[in-house]
Amino acid sequence: MKKMVVSSVAIATLLAGSLYADSGTLRLITWKGYAPKALVKKFEKETGIKVKVTYSNNEEMIAKLRATRGGGFDLAQPSVDRIRFVQKKFHIYHAIDYSKVNTAQLTKSTVAAAKKISALDGKVYSVPYIYGTTGLIINKKMAPGANDWSDLWNPKYAGHISYRLKRPILIGAAFGMGYNPFALYSNKAAYQKLIDKVTAKLIASKKLVKTYWTSGDTQKALVRNGDVFVESGWDAIGWQVHDANKNIDFVCPKSGALGWIDTFAIPAKSKNIEGAYKWINFILQPKNAAYVTNKSSYMTVSKDATKYLSNEIKTNYNRSYSKADIDNIKWYDALPSGFAAIEAKALDKIKAAQ
Amino acid sequence: MEDKKSFNITFYLLILPVLLWLIVLIVLPHIDLFISSFQVDGDNGKVFSFDNYTTFFKNKIYWLTFINTAAYAIGITLLAFVVTFPVAFYLTKVVSRKYASFLSLLLLIPLWIGELVTVYGWMIILGDHGVINESLIYFGIIDKPIHMLYTNISMSIGLLYISMLFMVIPIMTTLESLDDSLIEAASDLGASKWTIFRRIIIPYSMPGITSGGIIVFMLVIGDYVAPDILGGKSSLWFTEQIYNEFLSTFNWGEGAAFGFLLLMISSSIIWAALRISGQKLERVGS
Repeated sequence: MKKMVVSSVAIATLLAGSLYADSGTLRLITWKGYAPKALVKKFEKETGIKVKVTYSNNEEMIAKLRATRGGGFDLAQPSVDRIRFVQKKFHIYHAIDYSKVNTAQLTKSTVAAAKKISALDGKVYSVPYIYGTTGLIINKKMAPGANDWSDLWNPKYAGHISYRLKRPILIGAAFGMGYNPFALYSNKAAYQKLIDKVTAKLIASKKLVKTYWTSGDTQKALVRNGDVFVESGWDAIGWQVHDANKNIDFVCPKSGALGWIDTFAIPAKSKNIEGAYKWINFILQPKNAAYVTNKSSYMTVSKDATKYLSNEIKTNYNRSYSKADIDNIKWYDALPSGFAAIEAKALDKIKAAQ
Repeated sequence: MEDKKSFNITFYLLILPVLLWLIVLIVLPHIDLFISSFQVDGDNGKVFSFDNYTTFFKNKIYWLTFINTAAYAIGITLLAFVVTFPVAFYLTKVVSRKYASFLSLLLLIPLWIGELVTVYGWMIILGDHGVINESLIYFGIIDKPIHMLYTNISMSIGLLYISMLFMVIPIMTTLESLDDSLIEAASDLGASKWTIFRRIIIPYSMPGITSGGIIVFMLVIGDYVAPDILGGKSSLWFTEQIYNEFLSTFNWGEGAAFGFLLLMISSSIIWAALRISGQKLERVGS
């Protein structure tokens, strides 16, 4: 009896162990749309490495990796501005060995930006993958004049305004009020003062807001069903809505759209670092990267992907971004530690205000 | 001898999963959270401190949110009782047994679907272009949609709907054992319907009401989905603040402290409610 128990326990452990000890799998934690099924299949065929995809967002990704001290996944995709302070505090990533990355297929400027923003103690922690901006999605028929962050508190559109009550609105509103929040990243007290001003502004104008959207889906639904005329939003979402209703489009705010870069970062306890680099180099091949962009509208850092982009994507891009708009994009800089708490408290205050 | 030994092994084998479950998934994480609720970042790693707890009382925003959440939870618990008691009474005492089980099965359907889907269902019903507004406009009763979704009302409806069932079932169980002859005797002796209700039915079903009340109150005060999705621009729920502490600011110590405060304060509210209503926890659910 006892022997049977022992051996069955041993067998069970072996079985359970083999599921994880297999170096032929790559456990990827990423965003929806970043690892399309067709490409996962193609990669599995080419390399024999099985890919297990988990969908997440910045906050969850970091919380999960922190809970396991960098284990559980072989490759993660956080935004570039969320890497440095997380790494400094929790040590959950491996430094990137750029000699293993095929940088020839990437645009130089984004690689430089990712290297600069995710650097810590002389090491770099990310490879860029997809970028985009947060700006405004506007119903041009109902709000023809709207073109800046400050229109999110323009009484003309009372009851037809929406935004997400998260970090970007604080930053966007600060730019709309004529400040540059990123310039204050070295001065915590000044940053607190600025955020206080933004908080007061957003509380005072709260009555103009229809609701705070909470996801890409609610963002889409609100402007599509005519409830909202002016909202903060992502370029790709704006273009998706534009396909269905030509009156609605993504617009770069006059005071600057907020640029984000999502990256690849390798968790500290990654069990398949080789596989991780293989995936990075694979998915950034021009054809594959173009496939991702054509499907999701997210802009890729893959240099020659432009050749394979559909016309629709190209016209969307050219319609929303003039040369001046691109030069005016405010790229998120690495958030210093302690600043997230300032922002979170401000957001709570705004939400609780009547 | 041999038999007894193998009985022992089976016994331990059977109890092992339960113990593992309790210790690994419930006890250990709670201890870990409890310890981290007393830790703050110092110059060299973690330092012991009560700051995480004092923050709650020092900042109006936190305790006000808690009071708001608790007040809503109490209100929804009372509402759940008012709404479900007639249903429970009807199902156990009025309708014939044949249909009663079928009808209670119908009541359970929302449970099979899961909270998230039911909440999305309410979005479709309450939206500006939802079922209610569209039909009211179609019949010419109103000409502009009434704003119902993303308000405290829609949030309360969602919370009530999710938790209602947990009130119906305990009340039904106690009412089922109520002997009909008690009601008949009272009515023979000339008691009015109201008196029967107040003096016989309510006292008899009190254990069911109390346990239903405790479950509903705890479910509502600890819910995250309905306030997050159905709530308006001002309905900040305390659980959302806990979520933010963990996921937005990465301040797990603060989040853990908030979690324990939620546990302690809501338990004391229940304790106070039991004391005031003269109920005993041991009797509840019997």
